[in-house]
Amino acid sequence: MKTILKTQGLNKVYQLGSFPRTIKVNALNDINLTIESDQPVIVSLVGESGSGKTTLAKVILRLVRPSTGAVTVAGHTVAGEGTRPDRNEFLRTVQPIFQNPFEAFSQYRTIDAYLLETAERVARLRKADAVAAVEEALAAVGLQYKDVRGKYPNQFSGGELQRASVARALIPHPQLIVADEPVSMIDASRRMIIINLFMALKQEYQTSFLYITHDLATAYYISDYIAVMNKGRIVEFGDAKQVLARPQHEYTQLLLDSIPRLDHRWTDQRDANRRE
Amino acid sequence: MIRLDNIVATYTTQRGQVNAVDGVTLEIPDSIVMGIAGESGCGKSTLMKVLYGDIGFPLGLSSGTVDYGLVNDRGEPITTENIRREWFRHISYIPQSSMSSLNPVVRIRDQFVDFPATAGRKKEVLAQVRSFVQKLGLPPESIDAYPHQLSGGMRQRIMVAMATFFQPEIILADEPTTALDVVVQKSILLLLLDLQKEMGNTIMLVSHDMGVHYQVTKKMLIMYAAKVVEYADTDDVFKRPLHPYTLMLTNSLPTIGDDRARHGLPGSPPSLWEPQTGCRFAARCPLATDRCRQEEPPLLEYGRGHFAACHYTDRVAGLKATMQAGPKLSEIASDPSQLLANLEGAA
Amino acid sequence: MSKQVKPRKVRKLNARLTIGLTIVTILAVSSLILPFFAPANPAAQGTYLKNLPPSLMHPLGTNALGQDIFWYLVFAVRNSLILGVTVSIGITAISTFLGLSAGFIGGSYERVVVIFMDTFITIPVLPILIVLGAVVRGNTSFMVVAAILIIFGWAWNARTIRSMALTLREREFINMARFSGAGVMPIIAREIFPYVYAFMVVGFINTILFAINTEAALAVIGLSNVVIPTLGSIIFWALNYNAIMIGQPLWIIAPIVTTVVLFLGLFLTSTGYNEMFAERRGVA
Repeated sequence: MKTILKTQGLNKVYQLGSFPRTIKVNALNDINLTIESDQPVIVSLVGESGSGKTTLAKVILRLVRPSTGAVTVAGHTVAGEGTRPDRNEFLRTVQPIFQNPFEAFSQYRTIDAYLLETAERVARLRKADAVAAVEEALAAVGLQYKDVRGKYPNQFSGGELQRASVARALIPHPQLIVADEPVSMIDASRRMIIINLFMALKQEYQTSFLYITHDLATAYYISDYIAVMNKGRIVEFGDAKQVLARPQHEYTQLLLDSIPRLDHRWTDQRDANRRE
Repeated sequence: MIRLDNIVATYTTQRGQVNAVDGVTLEIPDSIVMGIAGESGCGKSTLMKVLYGDIGFPLGLSSGTVDYGLVNDRGEPITTENIRREWFRHISYIPQSSMSSLNPVVRIRDQFVDFPATAGRKKEVLAQVRSFVQKLGLPPESIDAYPHQLSGGMRQRIMVAMATFFQPEIILADEPTTALDVVVQKSILLLLLDLQKEMGNTIMLVSHDMGVHYQVTKKMLIMYAAKVVEYADTDDVFKRPLHPYTLMLTNSLPTIGDDRARHGLPGSPPSLWEPQTGCRFAARCPLATDRCRQEEPPLLEYGRGHFAACHYTDRVAGLKATMQAGPKLSEIASDPSQLLANLEGAA
Repeated sequence: MSKQVKPRKVRKLNARLTIGLTIVTILAVSSLILPFFAPANPAAQGTYLKNLPPSLMHPLGTNALGQDIFWYLVFAVRNSLILGVTVSIGITAISTFLGLSAGFIGGSYERVVVIFMDTFITIPVLPILIVLGAVVRGNTSFMVVAAILIIFGWAWNARTIRSMALTLREREFINMARFSGAGVMPIIAREIFPYVYAFMVVGFINTILFAINTEAALAVIGLSNVVIPTLGSIIFWALNYNAIMIGQPLWIIAPIVTTVVLFLGLFLTSTGYNEMFAERRGVA
C-alpha cells in the first residue's frame, strides 16, 4: 500500500489583531490524515468557509508554513519542521488547480507560455519534447494546441481556462493534484465536464486528486474518500458513499440537512416536525 | 399581476449593440416566489435590472414596458418610467454581496434610516427597525454595529430586513445566498419564505442553484440566450419539463444518493453578437432538426400556465426516460471515452 | 437579433498625448539638431556686442555678457533635457528594480530597502542641494548634479512600485508561475513587471520634469553649474544682470516661456499616457 498523503499533528495558528488585543485562531487544529492506496484515489475535503480546508491545501502546496506538524506526499516530505525539499522534486510531485480560472493566468502572457514553461522547467524537457508534452496534456483535457497557441486569457471562457490549468498541472505527471474549489466559478451546466475529467485523468495519468469543495453533491459523485472539516478539525473521514449515506458526526448531518435537495422540501420537513 | 410586454434590453458597447434580453412577454402572478434560472449570459441579471428599473447607459430598453399592476401615491399606474421613485416602497432589491452594498464606515442603523420616507421620524422608525430585525433572528443591538462587525449571514439578514421593512409588494433577489455557507443559506431562504407568506408579496429570485429553486420557488422561468425557453410551476419544471434545455439543466448536476453518470451540456451558448436564426438552443440540442435551425419556436402555452418554446415538446418526455435509464457512474468510470462524452468543443 | 452598429474606433493617441508629444518632440529635436549650426560657443562671453535688440542676426538679441540669447537658449534646452532624461533613466531604473524586488521578495531584504526608502523620502531634497551647492559654489560638474538628483529622487516612485508589487504578489497567477517552475527574477520580470509598466512610463516623464525643475531652481540661486547653459543658468544670469531694467526683457522672458512650454508638453504627455493606459484597461 502506497501512502499517498499523510499529515501528522498538523497545526496552523494565526495571530490576528495587534497588541494588546491579539486573538489566536486555530486554522488547523491537530490534523492527522492518512490516505493509503495502491491505486490513485480522489479524496474530497469538504467544509464551509473558515473550516480550514483551504489552509490545509495551502500547507500541502507549500504556500503556507504550518505552525507544527508534518506532511508527506507519496513518501516525499512536503512540510514540517526544518524541511527543505528539493524544489523541482516537489513540483513534480504536487501540482495545484486554483479556483478562479480568470485569475490563474496573467493577462499579459499567453496561456501556452505557462504550459511550455512547466514542460521545460519542471518536467525538464527540451524544446521539441516540451511541445509534444504540452500537446498531449491539452489533448487529454479536450483542447487543441493550435487553438491555444499565442492566445491570451481574455480569448477563452472560464471552462476552457480551467481545463488549460488542469493540462498544465498534468504535464509533470504529479502524484497528487490539489484542486481548490475548481468548479465553483464555472457555470453549473458545464461543471460536470471538469468533474468527469478528473475521474478520467485519475485513470489515464494515474494521479490522485485532493478535491476541496463546499459542494457535497460533486464530492459524493467522484470521491473515493471524504474528509469533513469544521473549525480547523477533521470531524469525519471515510469512504465517501458511506460517510454521506450514514453520517456519524452531527456536523456532517447538519451539512447534509442544509443542502437544498431535489427530492424533498424543507417546508414539508418543517411542517411534519411541527405536527409532531 | 406584473406584466412584461415584449421587453428588449440592449447593451451598447464599443463592439456594437447586443440584446441581452430579446423579446420577453410574461405575466407574473402576485404573492408567489418566482425563480429565474439559466446559465451565465442568458439574460437573467439583465431582466432583473429591467424589472428593478435600474436602466442606465450602457443598458437601454429598446422596446417594451413593464406594468407592475400597482398604483403610486398619485394614483398613477406604476410602469418602467416611474418605478425608480418607488424603490424600497413598492419594490426593493436584495443584492448578492452585502459588503458592496453597505457603507463600511457608517453604522447599520444610520444606513437604515437614510431614506426620505423617514425624514423627521428617525427615532420612531429606529424603534420599529429594532423590533423588526429581532423578528428576523438578529439581536436588536446588531443595527448599532458597523457592517464588518457582523458575520456574512447576519449582514445578509440586514439586507433582507432593509428590503422588506417598508413591506414592498415586489422583492427582487439576485443570488442572495450564493456567497453564504450552506447552513446559513438554508436559514436565510426559510426566512424569506416566511416573510413572503406573512406579507403576501412577490419575490423574484435569481439563482444558478437548481436546488434552491426547488426548495423555495412556486414558479420558474428558464432563460437561454436572451430568450425565455420555459415558464411553469416548479414541480412541472423538475418532473415534467417541456423544453430539452430545462431537462438537461436540471439533470446536469449530481445529487447525493443518485449514482447515475452526469454530463455537462456540450458546446456553449451562441454568441449574441451574431444575428440569430431559428432556435438558439439548436446547436446543442439532441432533438434538433432542420426546422429548429430555421424556424424560431414561439413561446406557447401547453396547459395550466405551462409555457415552452420548442417545436418538439412531445419528445422531451422520451428524452427524459432515456436519461434516467442511463448508466451509473461506476459503470463508465473506467471508460474515458464515455466519461468525456461532451468534452470536445465544450466551453 | 443584434443590430450591427459600427463600433467607435478606439483612438490610440488622445488629444493630450498628441499635443504633448508634439511640443516635446519639437523642442527636443530642434535643441539636438540646431547646435550643429551654431556660429559660436554660446557660453563664451563677449562674442558679440552687448545688449543688442532682436534682429535677423540675433533673433532674441544679445545680453549683457555679449552672448546671443537665442543660441544660448537652444543649448540651454538641450542640456536641460539631457540632464532630465539622464536623471530620469537613473531614477526609473533604480526605483523600479528596488521597488519591485522589495515588494515581491519581502523578508529582511525588504525591510532594509524600506529603511533606505523612507530615509530618502523624508530628507527634503532642496535644502540638501542648497547646502551642497553652497559648499561647492557654482563649480559642480554636471555629473555630480545628476548623481545627487538620482540619489535623492529614487525613493518616491520606488515606494509606489513597492506597494504595487505587494498587491500583485498575492494574485493567483503568481502561484501558477511558481508551480510552472519560474524563479524569483523571471516572476518579477514576466509576471509582475507588465502590470507596473504603465506607471513606470508615466513616472519616467514626471521625473524628467522633476529633474529639470530642481536643477533650474538650483541654478537660479546660483548653486548649480552656471557656466554651462541650462534653463536655470540663463535665468540666473538674466536675474543677476537685471535683464528687465537694462532693457533686455527677452533675456528673461524667453527662457521662462520656453520652460513653461516644455513643462506643459511633458505634463500633457504624462497625463496623455495615463489616459491612454486607462482607456486600454477599460477604465476610462
